[in-house]
Amino acid sequence: MAMTMQGEVLLPAGRDRVWAALNDPEVLKSCIPGVQELEKTGDTEFRATAKVAVGPVKASFKGVVTLSDLDPPNGYTISGEGQGGVAGFAKGGAKVRLEDAEGGTRLAYDVNAQVGGKIAQLGGRLINGVAKKYADEFFANFAKSLSPAENAA
Amino acid sequence: MTATGIGAPVRRKEDQRFVTGQGRYVDDFNRPGQAHACFLRSPHAHANIRSINATAAKAMPGVVGIFTGEDLAADKIGGLICGWMIHSKDGTPMKAGPHPALAQGKVRYVGDHVAVVIAETLAQAKDAAEAIEVDYEVLPAVVEGPEAQKTSVQIHDVAPDNTVFRWHLGDKAAVDQAFAKAARVTTIDLVNNRLVPNPMEPRAALGEYDPGTDNYTLYTTSQNPHVARLVLSAFIGVAPEHKLRVIAPDVGGGFGSKIFIYAEETVCVWAAKKVKRPVKWTSDRTEAFLADAHGRDHVTHAEMATDEDGRILGLRVQTVANLGAYLSTFASSVPTYLYAPLLSGQYDIPAIYCEVDGVYTNTAPVDAYRGAGRPEATFVLERIVEKAAREAGMDPAKFRKRNYIKKFPHQTPVIMTYDAGDYHASMNKALEAADYKNFGKRRRESARRGKLRGIGFSSYIEACGIAPSQAVGSLGAGVGLWESAEVRVNPTGSVEVLTGSHSHGQGHETTFAQLVSDRLGVPIENVSIVHGDTDKVQFGMGTYGSRSGAVGMSAIAKAIDKVIAKGKKVAAHVLEASEGDIEFKDGKFTVAGTDKSLDFASTALQAYIAHKFSGQELEPGLKEGAFYDPTNFTFPAGVHICEVEVDPDTGVTKIERWTAVDDFGIIINPMIVEGQVHGGIAQGVGQALLEGTVYDKSGQLVTASYMDYTMPRANDLPSFQVGMTVTPCPSNPLGIKGCGEAGAIAAPAAVINAITDALGHEDVVMPATPQNVWRAAQRSRMPMAAE
Repeated sequence: MAMTMQGEVLLPAGRDRVWAALNDPEVLKSCIPGVQELEKTGDTEFRATAKVAVGPVKASFKGVVTLSDLDPPNGYTISGEGQGGVAGFAKGGAKVRLEDAEGGTRLAYDVNAQVGGKIAQLGGRLINGVAKKYADEFFANFAKSLSPAENAA
Repeated sequence: MTATGIGAPVRRKEDQRFVTGQGRYVDDFNRPGQAHACFLRSPHAHANIRSINATAAKAMPGVVGIFTGEDLAADKIGGLICGWMIHSKDGTPMKAGPHPALAQGKVRYVGDHVAVVIAETLAQAKDAAEAIEVDYEVLPAVVEGPEAQKTSVQIHDVAPDNTVFRWHLGDKAAVDQAFAKAARVTTIDLVNNRLVPNPMEPRAALGEYDPGTDNYTLYTTSQNPHVARLVLSAFIGVAPEHKLRVIAPDVGGGFGSKIFIYAEETVCVWAAKKVKRPVKWTSDRTEAFLADAHGRDHVTHAEMATDEDGRILGLRVQTVANLGAYLSTFASSVPTYLYAPLLSGQYDIPAIYCEVDGVYTNTAPVDAYRGAGRPEATFVLERIVEKAAREAGMDPAKFRKRNYIKKFPHQTPVIMTYDAGDYHASMNKALEAADYKNFGKRRRESARRGKLRGIGFSSYIEACGIAPSQAVGSLGAGVGLWESAEVRVNPTGSVEVLTGSHSHGQGHETTFAQLVSDRLGVPIENVSIVHGDTDKVQFGMGTYGSRSGAVGMSAIAKAIDKVIAKGKKVAAHVLEASEGDIEFKDGKFTVAGTDKSLDFASTALQAYIAHKFSGQELEPGLKEGAFYDPTNFTFPAGVHICEVEVDPDTGVTKIERWTAVDDFGIIINPMIVEGQVHGGIAQGVGQALLEGTVYDKSGQLVTASYMDYTMPRANDLPSFQVGMTVTPCPSNPLGIKGCGEAGAIAAPAAVINAITDALGHEDVVMPATPQNVWRAAQRSRMPMAAE
């Protein structure tokens, strides 16, 4: 089943810093909820393992994440495909755009994903809510990692 | 009528064990050394399997064995079969793709069987299934019947346009002529929503192999264990028929879904020999949603021609039937011969022509579900009849009465010969019971409260007592549909009936015992009914199509007649009279015109001790068997009237009244029959208001649990008014027509006719959920309070 989500968030840092952070596996790893492993396997490719819970379905997804349409420091497309065993699969991507804004950088994202298997059967109604929650959590972490206080510490 | 004989409302004998938790279902059986199976299922609706890597999974704790389609193929295990051949209009046989029990190279629906893991515990089997790596090449999917005929998605190579058959029935030219002279033509487009069967007990299988005797045993949730054995041996080739014992113990509901021979049962009995351990699988609820054969899923366009007086001249129907990703056991018969021959309903329609395309999609297989084809036919006919009456400005009851068949036997233009009925009697009784004449008053009262009240009719017919073997053979059935029974009288006079029918909730242990008690004068507690074990029962075609009464009990009646005939011979020797002078009445063999008699139990004892006759004169013992093949279908019919009140602000439909008047012929147990009517209506209301199976465009089943699939509950239903009329069925010795499916057949059309009456337009989809009805109500004119 299809899952879509759009949004934007204001980040407290300049565009170049945001861009660098978006390409730093360590930053991403510390910000993506549930991520257990995020390893750079090529210039634009990562191997990832993440624990995800959608309603009654809890699974560990393993997959590959790739970056494409690289347009530094304006944006990229991040896409991935993961297998969650009997929980099903998820694949999809997000177009990320950066632009200067008052007080920092505005990041706009547009997610389009497909999920299937048990995660769709049991979590169908919950999936958009869960995705929104994960996104909010990610950007909260990401914003925090970019904030001056965090850097000073 | 005695207190326990035919017609008595005897309380169900089996309920004591069911309500006290003493029932024994497949999952209650545990065999020494038993291992547990978990099926790895496809998360994709359509994909090629590039590879399956089970190396890591095989090394996991407790794993006993992991098998895939390749292992089945290596053992020459055949695919699952569809047992009814349908020919297309052009004479070509249906195009059935392969149906392996475990996928071979390709998966075709979400839930398709990819591999089986057998482990010491179920948890270990599930963990290992998680560790199997399957490399899929995901393909585009199609989930709707009409779309499947137009897409480039190809599900089975053998079926271009994903079309299994393009079938038709009836006289096209005669229908064209009828339409040419019509005063009015009514058209309708309908979707008969896909349903998940949802028996209370999910399917289960426990396979066992004994290397000492080379015997296999399969405990399974089956409505027809002998048919399962026949298919597993003769077609799938798991074990020779005489080496395979199939046991279907207590079975907690089926509604058709347990007729079929599925992958899981096949794999469990096969794998038991592979791993040298009994192998058990019990479906969880989500697996049942994914992989039990679904019901309905028709898209239909229909046209009805009428004259100036509202007489029906002709009917034209085009249906696309979604058969799912594979052909299930009887899938091809349901939208064809169990559907189109019912399109004449209770009406004298001179010309009918029906075209049905059976179509593959990337969804679970679709097969018989309570009513099987007949609810679909009734929905089409009763919706279009109601609409035709409205368009003609005629009262829908009057319109129906004008068109009812009045003389029997009646030959319809679509195969069936109705043998008996009185449709006016049912309608008149129903109108009275529903207080139809005061409906207008009730409607105005609702309008004053801002509510929309509507009334809907469903004047259904069904063809039950399935079926005369020659007739179904000529229509493509791969089996005969007779039934068998054996009546064993013990030396003490107690009776065991071994029947090929299978009770999975119908109450056979009670009704069948009533027949025996009635005929032989034996107390009902001295009768036991044995079913569901191929080692005990000689043969059986099982329970579906409301056939256990009309066909199964007729076989028992035939065997009882033979027992009485033999008893007369025994009594004649004991009473020293000629056989011709012996009468059997009230449980006693009497020499006519004398007070010399021998009661039934004494006769049984004499038959077994054999002291009063020599072996040359008479064989000892008192046990008789019979096979009964019906001479016709039976034709239960009735009228259901549903009265609803719709709240246009919330879209909630409340069923205010339900009146059912059914003609089931002779009734063995009115309490059980009424229960069947109640259950059937509840299921039909479920389809009409609540139940909808949804696959999204990518083929994901998004209604795979009770969070998203709504079953009817007590507060969705009113208290039913159930009445009967009786015209005995002339084609079987008991006069029985059958009652198991009637409610589910009648109800959906009655509900939707009532809602469309309330809304004042025809445009509401099934299920008529509050959301759908609310949308439809926005298009309705609010009636004025004073109207």
